[in-house]
Amino acid sequence: MTQELSYLKETPSQTAGPYVHIGLAPGAAGFDIYKEELGWEIAGPNAGGERIRVEGVVVDGIGSPIKDVLLEAWQANSEGIYPHPESAGDVEEDFRGWGRVITDFETGEWAFESVKPGRTRGRNVGMQAPHIHLWLVARGINIGLHTRMYFEDEPEANAEDPVLNIVEWERRRSTLIAKRSERAEKIVYRFDIKLQGEDETVFFDV
Amino acid sequence: MSTPGEYYQRDRTWHPPALTRNYKTSVSRSPQYALISLQNSVGEITGPVFGHGDIDPLDNDLLLNYAQPGESAIGERIIVHGRVLDENGHPVPNTLVEAWQANAGGRYRHKKDTYLAPIDANFGGCGRTLTDENGYYYFRTVKPGAYPWRNGVNDWRPAHVHMSIFGSGFAQRLITQCYFEGDPLIARCPIINTIPDRAAQGQLIAALDMNATIPLDSIAYKFDIVLRGRRSTLFENRLEGN
Ligand SMILES: [Fe+2]
Repeated sequence: MTQELSYLKETPSQTAGPYVHIGLAPGAAGFDIYKEELGWEIAGPNAGGERIRVEGVVVDGIGSPIKDVLLEAWQANSEGIYPHPESAGDVEEDFRGWGRVITDFETGEWAFESVKPGRTRGRNVGMQAPHIHLWLVARGINIGLHTRMYFEDEPEANAEDPVLNIVEWERRRSTLIAKRSERAEKIVYRFDIKLQGEDETVFFDV
Repeated sequence: MSTPGEYYQRDRTWHPPALTRNYKTSVSRSPQYALISLQNSVGEITGPVFGHGDIDPLDNDLLLNYAQPGESAIGERIIVHGRVLDENGHPVPNTLVEAWQANAGGRYRHKKDTYLAPIDANFGGCGRTLTDENGYYYFRTVKPGAYPWRNGVNDWRPAHVHMSIFGSGFAQRLITQCYFEGDPLIARCPIINTIPDRAAQGQLIAALDMNATIPLDSIAYKFDIVLRGRRSTLFENRLEGN
């Protein structure tokens, strides 16, 4: 006999299902109930830094865009500070750092507006390249998938990023890097996520 | 002195795996490569913070939050309540809990739900609340109905409430489902059966809680939720994430 450890077990995950919108984005389900839905604005007008649009699709193993995904984004501000007591420093008062988007029911396209995040300290040493944490749930996904989006125009920072560097295969690293373009004077980053197949996106056990 | 460090590694054997063939939609939506394990940095130990300015006090009352004045949702009146704790047994205060469900007939208020059971004009089917300083939360609602779904030719979802919980760090983010004690459909459900361990499945079945019922008004079920716990960084392995 040994003593027993008294840790509790984490509640097991279950799929968000096809009707996730009712709970997390009721307007998209087709009704209006709350004074304000959460997560529609990541960085308000007072947030500093370069204004960006991030867009993409999530593709299944057949190669089809998934039309019932919900994504959440979590990021630092342009100075590399997260709006949380455990991140040293202050952020602009309307910088939320967190947002929620759903895919279009017809096309599977998703998009959000934000500011480009700054670099943040690495876990032990060094600096991390600018990145946005993405978490996605959908029907058929049993436990939410964590990934990170990095920026194509940060080659030096990306080269020394401690997380990108633990992805052993260089080819897989590129699945984490969004492509930059300009459209109607807006900076657009394209980040398509592939759940399976050639160039499956890297997902993390964080 | 100890300071909170990173989150305990997730026990992936306790959760459903990505690929679960009896839940057919998972087959083409499950990543094939192994997840890459990441020790927490600042972006994982932090997460969005919510406050009482974000929500309304009535948001957790699904009987009334979409009902016309003087009306109420139709169905068995229930309270779903419990605490949000971490694996160390500590309460998780001030965290956002969001819930959504079908109405008493098993129909969702969603433009993609075409089940023949009727919509309830006074029931939206979603709620949200913040846990108090003891990690306590509650919703008042109607017991959701079972409903059929396309998987096998005759698969039925047991009564369930979908729940989304944040915690303090983004690494704790969780979506799950709350089932109800005594429902014979639970054992047949391909979705709860994505969880391999029986005891883990049991963690999703809310217990009938007679002590919390309101006599002549509402019956109660207790559903405690456990999020990942954190290390105390006593010596080395210091998390220099900020
Ligand atoms: Fe459901």
